[in-house]
Amino acid sequence: MTDTLTLAGHTFNSRLIIGTGKYRSFDEMKAAHKASGAEMVTVAVNRVPLGRETESFLDHLAPEMKILPNTAGCYDADHAIRTARLAREALETDWIKLEVIGDPVTLLPDNEQTLEAARVLVKEGFIVLPYFSDDLIMAKKLLDAGCPAVMPLAAPIGSGLGVQNPANLKIMREQLPDAVIIVDAGVGVPSDAAIAMELGADAILMNTAIAEAKNAEQMATAMKLAVQAGRLAYLSGRMPKRLYASASSPIEGAIK
Amino acid sequence: MRVEINGETKEIPRELNLNELLEYLSMPSRLLAIELNKEVVRRKDWGETRLKDSDVIEVIHFVGGG
Repeated sequence: MTDTLTLAGHTFNSRLIIGTGKYRSFDEMKAAHKASGAEMVTVAVNRVPLGRETESFLDHLAPEMKILPNTAGCYDADHAIRTARLAREALETDWIKLEVIGDPVTLLPDNEQTLEAARVLVKEGFIVLPYFSDDLIMAKKLLDAGCPAVMPLAAPIGSGLGVQNPANLKIMREQLPDAVIIVDAGVGVPSDAAIAMELGADAILMNTAIAEAKNAEQMATAMKLAVQAGRLAYLSGRMPKRLYASASSPIEGAIK
Repeated sequence: MRVEINGETKEIPRELNLNELLEYLSMPSRLLAIELNKEVVRRKDWGETRLKDSDVIEVIHFVGGG
């Protein structure tokens, strides 16, 4: 079955996008990336440290991997816009994962600043993938601003709490049937990824759930399979929930 | 003269251009970007962009992230 994800004219075979943070070694990260089947990875923009030799982190990524820089660590639209412009200049890519954080404890997004930054960046030709709180109205505004996808959280970044907002994600899916919805942040285990996909997410973006697993490579495989399973289940259409039993074997004809 | 680079105040010997600045800081020039007083300077303009006293410079690269 061909079931690709198209995002801003780019076709992905994998519906799993993964991060590059928190791995214990480059070898572990590379093995996990390969096992995940992901075709796009996120990276963060950071000051080059002064007075110390640095190698390019990007040299440790598989050359075929599409790189999605993020604006992590930005607390207002202005900083996120500047960070996006720097990322574009350094990487020669218009793609940006827009992340504007509202507070350092929860790392929850500042939706208002995110929207403001998205409007500016879209006008500047960026392909803006915004991370935001799971609010349908904000999703509509971000899409109206020209974002080719929206990326609602399932739970706080790095929390591994799993999908805390299934109703909101389902409402978003039903009300925005044509939008690309990528669940970003909150997945802890493969069942979380499967649940998000079963709810109709088009893809999942995750980092910590793989990077902090004892065996990151094996967890990456598990996540790949979970995303595929959840997607197939969503496309298949689940059975209705019933309060009472419904026999699978014929009642009639059973011996008396 | 004195400039601010990545949040640190630095004494630099003269009005370096941005290519010379990277060399002075022993930074490789690939896969990074430079912002001067909050505006990105295109790579092609590094050679003709000279620093002035009190300039604020950000030099960024990429690290692991989610």
